Formats: sequence, C-alpha cells, structure tokens
Amino acid sequence: MQRPEVGVRIGSKMAADEKTLTQTAASEVRPTFEPPEPAVFTLRELSLWYGHKQAIHDVSINFPAQRVAALIGPSGCGKSTILRCLNRMNDLIPGVRVEGRVEYHGNNIYAPEVDAVEVRRRIGMVFQKPNPFPKSIYDNVAFGARVNGYRGSMDEWVEHCLRQAALWDEVKDDLKKSGLALSGGQQQRLCIARALAVQPDVILMDEPCSALDPIATLKIEDLIRELAQEFTIIIVTHNMQQAARVSDYTAFMLLSHEGGPGELIEYGPTNDVFTLPKDKRTEDYITGRFG
Amino acid sequence: MAVRSDPVSLRSSGAVARRQALSRVSRYALLAASLLGVAVLIYLGYETIREGASRLSWDFISSYPSRFADRAGLRSSILGTAWVMGATIVVAFPISIGTAIWIEEFAPRNRLLTLVKLNLANLAGVPSIIYGILGLALFSRYLGLGPSILAGALTLSLMIIPMTVIASQEAIRQVPPSIRDGSLALGATHWQTVRHHVLPGAMPGIMTGIILSVSRAVGETAALIMIGAFTFIAFDNTKLTDDFTTVPIQIYNWTIRPQPEFRQNAAAAIIVLMVAVVSLNLVAAIIRERFRRD
Repeated sequence: MQRPEVGVRIGSKMAADEKTLTQTAASEVRPTFEPPEPAVFTLRELSLWYGHKQAIHDVSINFPAQRVAALIGPSGCGKSTILRCLNRMNDLIPGVRVEGRVEYHGNNIYAPEVDAVEVRRRIGMVFQKPNPFPKSIYDNVAFGARVNGYRGSMDEWVEHCLRQAALWDEVKDDLKKSGLALSGGQQQRLCIARALAVQPDVILMDEPCSALDPIATLKIEDLIRELAQEFTIIIVTHNMQQAARVSDYTAFMLLSHEGGPGELIEYGPTNDVFTLPKDKRTEDYITGRFG
Repeated sequence: MAVRSDPVSLRSSGAVARRQALSRVSRYALLAASLLGVAVLIYLGYETIREGASRLSWDFISSYPSRFADRAGLRSSILGTAWVMGATIVVAFPISIGTAIWIEEFAPRNRLLTLVKLNLANLAGVPSIIYGILGLALFSRYLGLGPSILAGALTLSLMIIPMTVIASQEAIRQVPPSIRDGSLALGATHWQTVRHHVLPGAMPGIMTGIILSVSRAVGETAALIMIGAFTFIAFDNTKLTDDFTTVPIQIYNWTIRPQPEFRQNAAAAIIVLMVAVVSLNLVAAIIRERFRRD
C-alpha cells in the first residue's frame, strides 16, 4: 500500500467518485463521505451520554467491510467511546445512555431484542493495555472458542489462531507458560489471537500499540494489514503516522467546543484526509497546530 | 538562604537534628506499641505452656472428660469441634460465596443493595452471644433440633457468614476490571466470566477469609453454650443429631472447677486449641503467599 505523506497541498481537486460536502450551517460542515465498499457498520446520528455529560453528538459514519478504518483525534474526543459502542461494551458502564442507531449489516444492535453477547461474538476487541488472562497461553486462546461452543480439535485451532496472530513461532515450544510471562508486544498479539479464536467478523482495536515499544508496534501494524484481508478492522489511534501507515479510511473527531461532546469532523480515504483535508480543523490537527 | 561553612559538614545539626530526633522517637514509640501486643502474647503463651505442657499426652487427647482430673481428656470435645466446624463450613461456605458474588456481580445497584451491604457490616459486629440466643430460639427450640451438632453448626454459620461475605467481597473486587472486559469482549456471558475468571482470581482471598472465619468460630464459646453444649459428653459423635461439646467449652468447664488439677487440664487444652488456631492461620498465610506469587 502506498504510504501517504502527512502534509497539506493547497489547491485541491476532489476525486470523482466521492460525495461532496454538505454545508448544514455557515460554520458547520457535515461530512457525508461514503466508502464504495459494502458497509459493515452504519452509525446514524449516534449520541451517547455518561450520566449528564454528553460524550458524542450525532455521529453518522459508514465503516466498510474488509478494510481498515482509523479513528483519530485529540484525547477525550470520543473515539474510544464510539469504538465501545460498536460491540456494546459501553453497556457495562453504569449510567450510560445511547441515542441513534448502530447498524451492523443493517441490523440495529441497540434494538431491545438484541443480545449483547451475540453482538460481542461477532465483533471482537483488543484493548489499549494488553490484558491476557492469568492462565496459560493455550487456555487464553482456547477460552473464547470454548465458551462459544467450538467443537473441533482445540489444539489445531489454538495453533491456527496463534499463527494468524504471528505469535506461533515464538511460543510454540511452551504453550503452558502463563500469558503474563510474555513481553508487552507478545501479550498484545496473544490478545489478538484470543480475539481471533472466536471467529469474529470485525476486530475493534483501541489504541493497541500505545503501551508498546516501536518494534512491537511495527510488528502489530504489519499484522493489522494482514488481518485486513480477512476481517474488518476499526482502529482508534493517537498516532497519526500509524493511521497513515495502516488504514484505508480515516475519520477525524474533535470536541465541538470546550467541555462539549465529540463530533465527527471529517471522514475519507486516508490518503485524502492526510494530504487534502477538507476541514480546516483537520488540517490544523494533522499539521500539529494542536492536539 | 545559603549556609556556608568551611569545610562543609553534612552531619545533621540544628533544626534538622531536632526533626530527626523526633522521627527516631516516633519510630521507637510505634515499635514499642507493636511489641507490647507480641509481649503479652508471648507471656500468656509461656505461662500456659509452663502450666499445661506436662499434662499433654496421647492419653489426654484420647480420654473422655471425668470427675477425676487425671483421667479427664479432650476426646469428645475434639471430635465435637471437628464435627461442628465441618458442618459449619459446609453450610457457611456456599452461602457466603454466593452472597458475595450476588452483591458484587449481579445485584442491581439500588437502595436495597446499599441496605443489604450496610446490614452485613452491622451483623459482623453483633456479639456472638446474640447469635447464641437466636440459635437457641430458632434452631434448638422452634425447629426442634435441640442441643445437637446441627443446631450448633447452623448457629455458628449465622455468626461467621457476615464476616466471610465481607472478606469474599473484597477478594472479588480485587479482580481487575480489565480481565472482566477481556472475557466479556470475547462473547462470554456474565456467569461464564464470573466462573472462569472472577472466581478463580478471587479464590485465594476467599479461602483466606473462610479460614480466618473458621479460626474465629473454633474458639467460639458463648454462642454454643447458649444452645446447650455445656454438657458432659462421654461418647464419640457419629451423627449430626448428636449432643456435643467443643474444646473451648471444655476449657471453660475445667477453669471453673475448684481443683487446681483441672486448671492444669485447662492449660493443656488451651495449648491444643492454640496449636489448631495458629495452624489454621498459617495455612491461610501460605495460601495467600502462593497465589500472590502466581
């Protein structure tokens, strides 16, 4: 994949197959970019409150299948909140209220008859700080498969998932070793293997490399590009260079005002967002004027 | 403010010396306070051992009580203690863990829950003789169990459940939320997460809590006297409906006799009881350490 340079070119020419911006108010620009690939997730005017505080406001976005989409933006702008909405992990936080729709292959996952456990079987998550279970490597990977009723040979499946996560060669000699005895990068790959064991459709990654050293980070970024051939990946990252390296589409979020909720400012193919941002705020963030 | 002197001396002086002296004094004072408790324990232990050690023998442990001090032994009370503690653990363990899991994991967070938690803390502080009176009225009389092992076990269970629940709650809370998140994100149900991750993680703390509650119950006298265990037992307990006595009650029994030989018996029995309690606490400490290293 061609790696775009982070920068701005003045005098832009818009690509022919993109929808143009809609100006809803003089000062507000609502991006309505839709990726050409079929959508796995469609968020329609999603808003979320933690108690009285509104965290995100009217986010509408389309995540395409078998591509990598990145959510970037400064701290606290709601990127992780959106990610956790996609697999209903926000349900676990008391006092959370959600309005709007999150459609997974057309089905609203916040409909009353939807079971969150079913949702989470199909949509896996890798967390910011690697959190392997205090069990053996084998049991870490096997757990998800077991609770979801996997019927085949567990040994083979564990090996398959560890290979997919590019961890097999490093741990194959001692699968009984505790997951906690691995290095940070290895633990994160173990968490990825664990998520893969459930055979998800989508993998959500919440700043997966922010707790890792640069070498481990690059290994995981390569892994992400490989996994994207089979899975849909949505990644939240603070690191713009990482978003530029790894993703096909990038969404930029920002707080609408000081202390206000986060909003989606711009969304488009990564190349375009980083070289020809349409919104000045995006341009400012990318060129490092704030955030 | 620069202070210069030739040559520079870094020995404490003036205000620094005074502060250091105060710090030293406070350290010694706190050490003395801690040693006070240890000293009392050592003194009591020494006195007891001095008085009772000579009486310890296999005969002593295997004889029934008797009016004759030299023939009296701990056989029936040791068996009684074992039976009552066994039954207590069987009753209290599941109820305590279940309650703790319910409170921490599944109960809706509302005012009722706050009320329950508050009352648990209160119940843990209720004097044991109140539990004895309750046990007498409810188990011995109303349910017709009389002064049996079962009644004793149920009474003791009531007594130790609050403190065991509180200890188990603490243990469950110690399990990091990241483990729960990781499990739930894989599509595990709440119960699967509790069963495979929370409970195993909390188990060392729960075990420690149980063992400490049991060692509290082993020494319980007042509650069991209330339900009728202050009695002469000269047979081996074989079923839950048997009458019984326990080691602490036997000790009390002997201490109030006028003959000095009985006091020697009591001292020997205290040694036996202390060994049991210390061993239990040691086991709890070992379990804690082993799991902490993992």
